[in-house]
Amino acid sequence: MIEYLIDGPLWYFSLAVFAIGVVWHLVSIIFASRKQDLSVARSSSTSGALRTVFSRFVPHKEMTSKIGLQLVAGYLFHLGLFALLFFAAPHVIFLEENLLGFGWTPMPHWAFIVSAQAAFLGLIMLWVRRMVNPVSRLISTWDDHTAAILTFVVMLTGCFALLEGSTGLRLLHRFTVELWLIYFPFSALMHTFTFIPSRAFTGAWFGRRGIDA
Amino acid sequence: MSEKLEKGLEVLRSEVDSKVKSFFSSCVNCGICAESCLFYTETRDPRYTPIYKTEPLRKLWRNEYSLWGRISSALGLSKPMTEADLTDWEELVYDGCSMCGRCSMVCPVGVDISGMIFKVKHALSKAGISPEGLVGATQRAVDIGSPMGITLKTVQAMIKHVEQDTGLPVPVDVEGADYMALLSSNEIALYPEYLESLVKIFDHAGVSWTLSSDAFEATNSGLQIGNKTIAGQLVQRVVDGAEKLKVKNVISPECGHAYTALRWEGPNFIGKAYPFRVVHILELLDELQAAGKLKITGKESERLTFHDPCSIVRRGGVNAQPRNLLQPIAENFVEMADHGNMNWCCGGGGGVSSNERAEELKLTAFNKKKSQIEATGAEAVVTACSNCRMVMEEGVETNEMEVELLGLTEMIAAHLEQRPAS
Repeated sequence: MIEYLIDGPLWYFSLAVFAIGVVWHLVSIIFASRKQDLSVARSSSTSGALRTVFSRFVPHKEMTSKIGLQLVAGYLFHLGLFALLFFAAPHVIFLEENLLGFGWTPMPHWAFIVSAQAAFLGLIMLWVRRMVNPVSRLISTWDDHTAAILTFVVMLTGCFALLEGSTGLRLLHRFTVELWLIYFPFSALMHTFTFIPSRAFTGAWFGRRGIDA
Repeated sequence: MSEKLEKGLEVLRSEVDSKVKSFFSSCVNCGICAESCLFYTETRDPRYTPIYKTEPLRKLWRNEYSLWGRISSALGLSKPMTEADLTDWEELVYDGCSMCGRCSMVCPVGVDISGMIFKVKHALSKAGISPEGLVGATQRAVDIGSPMGITLKTVQAMIKHVEQDTGLPVPVDVEGADYMALLSSNEIALYPEYLESLVKIFDHAGVSWTLSSDAFEATNSGLQIGNKTIAGQLVQRVVDGAEKLKVKNVISPECGHAYTALRWEGPNFIGKAYPFRVVHILELLDELQAAGKLKITGKESERLTFHDPCSIVRRGGVNAQPRNLLQPIAENFVEMADHGNMNWCCGGGGGVSSNERAEELKLTAFNKKKSQIEATGAEAVVTACSNCRMVMEEGVETNEMEVELLGLTEMIAAHLEQRPAS
């Protein structure tokens, strides 16, 4: 019964909440009111927007030494998670069989181990910093902690599921993924998508003033 | 609900647009912005973390625009906003933020934090929650026309002195002139050499220009206090003056926020585009130099560095021009470690220098500029903003530094080739 629920209705429900929630959230941002800038542009806002969407992947050199930990931990976590999500063998098979109908070459086992270690290390470093650094402690919200804990649990159960190969652990992983998917559109996890319009808006603002941001 | 709270919330709601929604949806509270803010780096007080300064707007967004906030509010589980959510942030946004915009350059998810702090200031000023010093300056700007209470008579007296010293006429109210020049309060009260320099340069380059007796003041206290309505009124005075004289261009003086107010935000404040071009004095000088109209002679031999005024460079896009202008006259020029778009503020922008209450914090924040200047070994710092110059002069004096402060326009004027006597 639990297996049916987790593999069936709850899975489709969580997918629907995720898809509809993400689209709704993005639409509510993109179609919200926005005043036209009446000043005469010095340069193109479009090229400014495009530039900033990509340039913010690399911090300004003036900042690199001051944010070393966040930079390293951030990249370890995000790259590791991305690799696990799209190139872990069970995920590739799952996506091919249940969603896409086609697959791609999964990463070898050693790469999985490296990715998992990078993702865990990065997430733990960021999370510890969030709790001990005075700035992060002051500004962090329950949403930031919930998102971090949920992601951690999803990754942890994923490793268990892979290593043990038991149905119970697989179901536990899938269940945590479902919770994560349901939580995603209404939380800080949305930055996965909203960072693009956010960077674009700011890049356009700077761009029309002729500033490389 | 108190009147102040009601007004503050009403204004905050009107500020929640597409950008605000995307910014707050994206911010993961990483705290990287703290390291970009000199009020944080020089005090290590986490409350000065830039994104924390936007908390009134963020709390409103969370309560009224996010799903969990709306559910919590409906169930009575979330704390409604109180007047303290506004008053407790007054010191942070007015004393602890110079609107330098450095935070907006470093946010990994692209949040324009500085722009959102301005929205908070706008709500606070509309709700009547602003520092006394700034309120007084703004009131004088509205009533008298200048935050320092400078009247036309004062300007006329200055014009007389400049004409005597230069032997050149200062054109006033010349209809159809190509350029209408503006002055900041500081340039009238503290640095009259700016006008003197304009007279010499424009005479040298054959520029058709004028001052306006109706619109000579560029300082915009409305922008400093964050009140868009008042900022619009002050911009409109300049627009009216320029339209009356039918000028083609208006010159923004060596004043950072005046440039932002007039060039970039002004049309939005008054709700229409201008029938004239706004040009910063450095842009105009650069154009004149490129056209070969500035004949420069001699070089400064002392070691010089340039302080980038935030509103002119990082927020204004006038970055290459000061360097182009310094190149032919500065023999021994050295850049600060973080210069150009990533410069550090002097500590007195965004109305901080007009806010007496922030004096001590401003001088603490100046320590960043102090260490930057000292690292260059410069004997003189050139800048192009009278407010930056005034704040740095105070910092230099307080810290007993051996360094001179210079205005760039003034330096150009001092290096013009003398024309042969006719």
